[in-house]
Amino acid sequence: MTSTTTSTIAIGPVVVLDKPSATTRARSVLGRIALAVTIVFFLVLLVAPGLLVHVDPIATGDDILAAPSAAHLFGTDQLGRDVFSRTIHGAHPVLLASLLGVLLATVAGVALGIAAGVAPRWLNTVLMRAVDVLLALPVLLIALMLIATAGSGVASIVLAIGIAFTPGFARIVEGSVRRLRSAEFVQAAYVFGSTRLRTSVRHLLPNLVTEVVVLGSSAIGWAVLTATTLSFLGLGVLLPQPDWGSDLAAGATNLSIAWWLSTFPGLAITVTILLANFSGDYLMTLLDPRSKARFRLFTGGRARTGRRVKEPVDSEPEVA
Amino acid sequence: MTFVLRRLASMVPVLIGITLVAFLLIHLIPGDPAKVILFGSNATPEQIDQLRTQLRLDQPLWRQYLDFLGQLLHGDLGTSYLTQNSVAHELFSRAPSTLVLTASALLVAIAVGVPLGLVAGTRPNSAFDKVARAVSFLGVAVPYFFLALVMVLLFSVNLGWLPAIDDGTVAGLVIPAVSLGWGYAAILTRLVRGRIIDEYRSEYVKSARARGCPEWRVLLRHALRNSSIPAITTIGLQFGNILTGAAITEVIFGRAGLGSFLATSITNKNIPVVQGAVVVIGIGYVLINLVVDVIVGAVDPRTRIAVGAS
Repeated sequence: MTSTTTSTIAIGPVVVLDKPSATTRARSVLGRIALAVTIVFFLVLLVAPGLLVHVDPIATGDDILAAPSAAHLFGTDQLGRDVFSRTIHGAHPVLLASLLGVLLATVAGVALGIAAGVAPRWLNTVLMRAVDVLLALPVLLIALMLIATAGSGVASIVLAIGIAFTPGFARIVEGSVRRLRSAEFVQAAYVFGSTRLRTSVRHLLPNLVTEVVVLGSSAIGWAVLTATTLSFLGLGVLLPQPDWGSDLAAGATNLSIAWWLSTFPGLAITVTILLANFSGDYLMTLLDPRSKARFRLFTGGRARTGRRVKEPVDSEPEVA
Repeated sequence: MTFVLRRLASMVPVLIGITLVAFLLIHLIPGDPAKVILFGSNATPEQIDQLRTQLRLDQPLWRQYLDFLGQLLHGDLGTSYLTQNSVAHELFSRAPSTLVLTASALLVAIAVGVPLGLVAGTRPNSAFDKVARAVSFLGVAVPYFFLALVMVLLFSVNLGWLPAIDDGTVAGLVIPAVSLGWGYAAILTRLVRGRIIDEYRSEYVKSARARGCPEWRVLLRHALRNSSIPAITTIGLQFGNILTGAAITEVIFGRAGLGSFLATSITNKNIPVVQGAVVVIGIGYVLINLVVDVIVGAVDPRTRIAVGAS
């Protein structure tokens, strides 16, 4: 590493053989741009989609199944609704569900992870066994289970993503807490009479912030995929409202005569996941070069059925 | 052998947990489950009572769970209250189709991902490597249900090479399997590439080369073999995701499998079916990971101690 000046930028988790030369620097510039673009993109689509398009996404028109043109950039659907407008406005439920879902999972996962980490051994065993059980079920199945009981809708998707992603976060945070617990500053806090709660909030939490930011940001792409899968199955918004997943599904029936109906919502999902992953990777290399947490999330984590091996969590078998 | 037995014994708490989750599912419904399930169906109070008895909701909670568990051990997953058929029968008659799709997608992922990662890993930063990396980055980002539609549009509608809906032939399986497997191929490519680069820097590869071992042998016998363990583990971990992905893919292609069955059961609030699916998929996932651990244990004896230790 020659660039050990003030920057903390390091090479990514995918091992790169060359020295941190022009490529690495170019990549970090690219990462910064991607991060900025992602934030602006998400903000505009969430808060002010009206800035980009003035056409009402649910207003029907006479121009039915028109191909993309200057009047209708992305064409129109079988009811004459403007696909461009629907694609812009369709971002709202998807981004809302993914971002809120990840936020919920982060808060719940951190709370659960810290609680289990500082808890007495028996409570830790109970909590982490429960986490193991949830990790044994695919994320999508947990989400479907919850929606089967809570009913469909964006609020249910938020809850589903939140709960389905929590065990993965909790497992990683718990590992970090157990590692931190033996650190001198934590031991010192206990010696000075700090309670478990105070130690958790004042000493453990600040040391976890970096990791939690990395975890949360790298889960967004996966959350977007989960949210759109659920709305693709018709479990999201009610029908006249635009949504990438349900619009993609609706367009599939007219695929042979109107390719634009499914293609644009699909591209929107792809671009969103690409941007989210790229930003997540950048944040990871920026904040925590050694972290492989992202891949553990992608694989849904591992249900370890054996009693925990007495080893530092660092040397867990690398998952991906 | 003791390793396998130990590993089996350690599965028990997780299996019990899965049945508990599936069991509690019906109690997550806010309000009276029987009323919620029959909401909007003009059910008479007698019918609601009947369903309540059928679901054993009039019993104490521990009693309900023990009954549920007892039935489960007899292979009885309850009855679908819509068709009055056995849930186990309904699930298992549909399972083969889903498993075929899952296996095909897995095959695509391995057949594409491993060679791609291998070649990219041996030539880091070459043009091939850059293309492979871009493809795998995209592969992770494109949702499989979108890829499926794009492939239908391209290969069925425009080129007419492959059938657009699944007609039971091998050709009909190509688009579902490739669209589903692609994302996992991308994950495997990234993984194998990274491992090969790591292995190439290790001492044993240097010593093999120093002995005059041919390059192909270094790659296949040494580097690939040592990279295969994380790859096998990852495949095991991804199995659950591929299985649920297969279920969604079936909905798209109109394949009669677990997916379309589960999707309609969810919209109909057919809870016994959802419970059955949770139990079957959960147990399947745990078993697959048992098999994976045994395979890894066979490939790398060191892990036999680590995985099932104490």
